[in-house]
Amino acid sequence: MKIRPSKVAEVLGFSILRVCMICVALVLIVVFYDIITKGIGVISWDFLTKPPVDGMTKGGIFPAIAGTFFVTVITALLSIPLGVGCAIFLNEYAKDNGLTRFIRMSIRNLSGVPSIVYGLFGVSLFVEMCHFGTSILAAGCTLGLMTLPLTITASEEALKTVPRAYREGSLALGATKWQAIWTNVLPYAIPGMLTGTILGLSRAAGETAPILFTGAAFFLPDIPNSVFSQFMALPYHLYIMSTQHHNIALVRPIAYGTALVLVVLIFTMNLVAVIARYHLRKKGISHGQ
Amino acid sequence: MDNKVRMKAEDVNFYYGTHHVLKGINLEMANNAVTAIIGPSGCGKSTFIRLLNRMHEIVPNARLTGRILLDGKDIVAPDVDPVDLRKKVGMVFQKPNPFPKSIYENIAYGLEINGIKNKMQIEERVVDSLKKAALWEEVKERLHDSALRLSGGQQQRLCIARCLAIEPEVILFDEPCASLDPISTKKIEELILELEKEYTIVIVTHNMQQAARVSDYTGFFLMGELIEFDRTDLIFKAPKDKRTEDYITGRFG
Repeated sequence: MKIRPSKVAEVLGFSILRVCMICVALVLIVVFYDIITKGIGVISWDFLTKPPVDGMTKGGIFPAIAGTFFVTVITALLSIPLGVGCAIFLNEYAKDNGLTRFIRMSIRNLSGVPSIVYGLFGVSLFVEMCHFGTSILAAGCTLGLMTLPLTITASEEALKTVPRAYREGSLALGATKWQAIWTNVLPYAIPGMLTGTILGLSRAAGETAPILFTGAAFFLPDIPNSVFSQFMALPYHLYIMSTQHHNIALVRPIAYGTALVLVVLIFTMNLVAVIARYHLRKKGISHGQ
Repeated sequence: MDNKVRMKAEDVNFYYGTHHVLKGINLEMANNAVTAIIGPSGCGKSTFIRLLNRMHEIVPNARLTGRILLDGKDIVAPDVDPVDLRKKVGMVFQKPNPFPKSIYENIAYGLEINGIKNKMQIEERVVDSLKKAALWEEVKERLHDSALRLSGGQQQRLCIARCLAIEPEVILFDEPCASLDPISTKKIEELILELEKEYTIVIVTHNMQQAARVSDYTGFFLMGELIEFDRTDLIFKAPKDKRTEDYITGRFG
């Protein structure tokens, strides 16, 4: 049987693509394998619920878990209302003119700003100008600003998936624009917004650079008691344990344990986003035909 | 015109940006009558009907000159709130657009945004409008099912019911049967003939047989101009303009 050249090209092409895919999957698997095998040993109830002791060579990472949790809450409180509000305005109200095009361009560019630059910006705006000091509040606000572009873009995309017919249908029934958006657009956009927002938050939870100068502490025995306290955070703790500790080799397992907890935390958040979307979609909402 | 004139377009010009879509339209729409607007695609007929409840305003760069009167009052005047106008002038769209809610909620929705909170009153109106839209018998057992599970024709009648529930005076139909099968189309047409007794109806259609079947008056639009307007039987039997004749006999283009 004669083999056609086009057939050969196809087989070859698909094989190359398949190799690409396998490479990506392999990297992911290797990373996980590494973190899990090296980190699982130190994971225990005490590791998750106790503060570090003996110059951070023993004990747990509870203050870092709590700190990451609190700072993420602040991030959410800032970036969700601001981001969703901004997206609604841009998508539903703003006229397509020079100003809004400029705003959109700024948002896109903001998402490209390195996170360390956000950190520096956070110092001048929140730590100094707003007098938040180095604190959960300052760090949370900095992370909030950093995730804003993501929240806005995700929310806008979610609004765009709601058919125009819903808006028109509402308006034709005598709804004001506000009523139409509030009652007949937003409810259907929420699943998409939620997913995008949680993904943004999970990214923020894993960031080190923006919290480096704005509130993260090297070591604190207790969990923070106000938004103006400094805090420990998982990614920062990991950074300390890997580069700043006086005996890095000794605390390597703790670093891996911290990494494992961080990765599990972020995966859980992403999983929550997927499940939440699935459930909200199922609740009779299957627009877009 | 035998019936009292309800709506009237006076020298209406309409532009999208620099595009002159409607050119000097003068048209009267009578009470308790169906006025059909026919014409080929792109002739401006859908644009025209959307002016009648100011749905054109949601599109940017739209500009209108001239007057559109409802009971003698200019509805495109700056002091008229389009939200109030749309309560009086309802609209049924080309593609059925039920909301992803239950059948019941689809109708209750319009009542709620219009400030009706009394549950009894809402229920009464839901039942009433479903009956008026000839949908009640088909859905009375499953009012709380999703409206999206209805067939296309049922969805369109639900949209009509939704519109009727807020008690408009004028109902605009923008090619209401364009996406429906012949049987569903027939039901909608029967419904329109029934509704005519109580409302002022304007219908845009590209289906000439439909215009002939349901309407009392017909206007023929071409390239943004109203070429001819007359009683439907006269338009179809003895058109005065050559272009109208060409269009209705299918010799067009």
